Amino acid sequence: MVVWRELLVAMRRRSDVATALLFFVIVASLFPLGIGAEPNKLRAIAPGVIWVSALLSSMLSLGRLFAADHADGTLEQMVLGAAPLGVTAAAKAFAHWLVSGLPLVAIAPLVALQYDLDAGLYGVLALSLLLGTPVLSLIGGIGAALTLGVRGGGVLLALLVLPLYVPVLVMGAGSVEMASAGLGGQGQLLILGAMLIVAAAFAPWATAAALRISSE
Amino acid sequence: MLEASDLECERGGRRLFRALTFSVNSGEIVRVAGANGSGKTSLLRILCGLLTPSAGEVRWNGARIQSLKEEYARHVLYLGHAPAVKDELTGAENLRVACVLAGLSTTAQQTRDALARFGVPGDKPVRQLSQGQRRRAALARLSVSWQAPVWLLDEPFTALDAAAAELTRTLLGEHAQRGGSVVYSTHQDAGLHDSRVIEL
Repeated sequence: MVVWRELLVAMRRRSDVATALLFFVIVASLFPLGIGAEPNKLRAIAPGVIWVSALLSSMLSLGRLFAADHADGTLEQMVLGAAPLGVTAAAKAFAHWLVSGLPLVAIAPLVALQYDLDAGLYGVLALSLLLGTPVLSLIGGIGAALTLGVRGGGVLLALLVLPLYVPVLVMGAGSVEMASAGLGGQGQLLILGAMLIVAAAFAPWATAAALRISSE
Repeated sequence: MLEASDLECERGGRRLFRALTFSVNSGEIVRVAGANGSGKTSLLRILCGLLTPSAGEVRWNGARIQSLKEEYARHVLYLGHAPAVKDELTGAENLRVACVLAGLSTTAQQTRDALARFGVPGDKPVRQLSQGQRRRAALARLSVSWQAPVWLLDEPFTALDAAAAELTRTLLGEHAQRGGSVVYSTHQDAGLHDSRVIEL
């Protein structure tokens, strides 16, 4: 029900969803324009740039994850809900990923065209984002809950969350780089998968604890 | 039975109340009265488990509410200052979501009836409604929350016209007659047959 509600709200506030997606496309498109049309250079920076753009785009929408619910009182109803708060937090993170992460996975191969990436790497890029962006939503949920109602929470959120995003970024971009070097990116992808399992198991409960503190 | 013993609350370094002990039995309507900033909202938030008291504890049927967690939440309806409705959703969607979150089983017909009773259009996004209608949309939960024995209501009569206030009074009275408990806060006498008044 929480996922259905979040998707319904997102559908009726399409501009928010479009903003994050457009941000990803614009940031990833600016690099080729700024660096120049040197194919080897573009191919070399593509995984890192696309992953950093995805990471920043995901973070852009984190502020809204709980802020609107906090302002209109629906967060209190979630905290007092019949379902364990960790389950509700997991549903919120999943909905956040569906709205802000999944579109990035779909559009990333198109963005990668600008970098003249080998066709065989599109799959690895999409798979790395498919495994990595849910981790960003799950970790981001903890930061969003901790900074709820805090003045200047946006900056604090970035300070809290960005260091935790680094391993995901390293593994995500690394998987494409390794695959492009012909070494295969399976190792990094497996680590990303492990990160997803660990984050899915623990992050919602940490988010729930943070939400309880923030709603006091 | 809801019991509060030796409750103490401090907010922002200021003590709002201390040594507050009371119980709310089935069928009782308890009014929490007091001036602005006296701690009415804090007391209700403590009773529903949103806020931890500086000292003391709240028990539901003999067990501490902190240990009961969701088990206690299923027995409580809390309506705070904020209406807890999403602007983007219609009145019916909001009520349906609120009921599912609270673990209440309601049918689509019951949801429609509850909104109609409060005169809230069920098919309009809440953002198109007035402040009073939003409040009514929030209070429509009272019509479908008979399964929750404890109602904790923070200023339920704020922003309501005479007809909606009368309907709210009727619903609160009916809930008490069914054996439910009501604790509500207000600045002035709401015209209910209060079993007790807690003055903060």
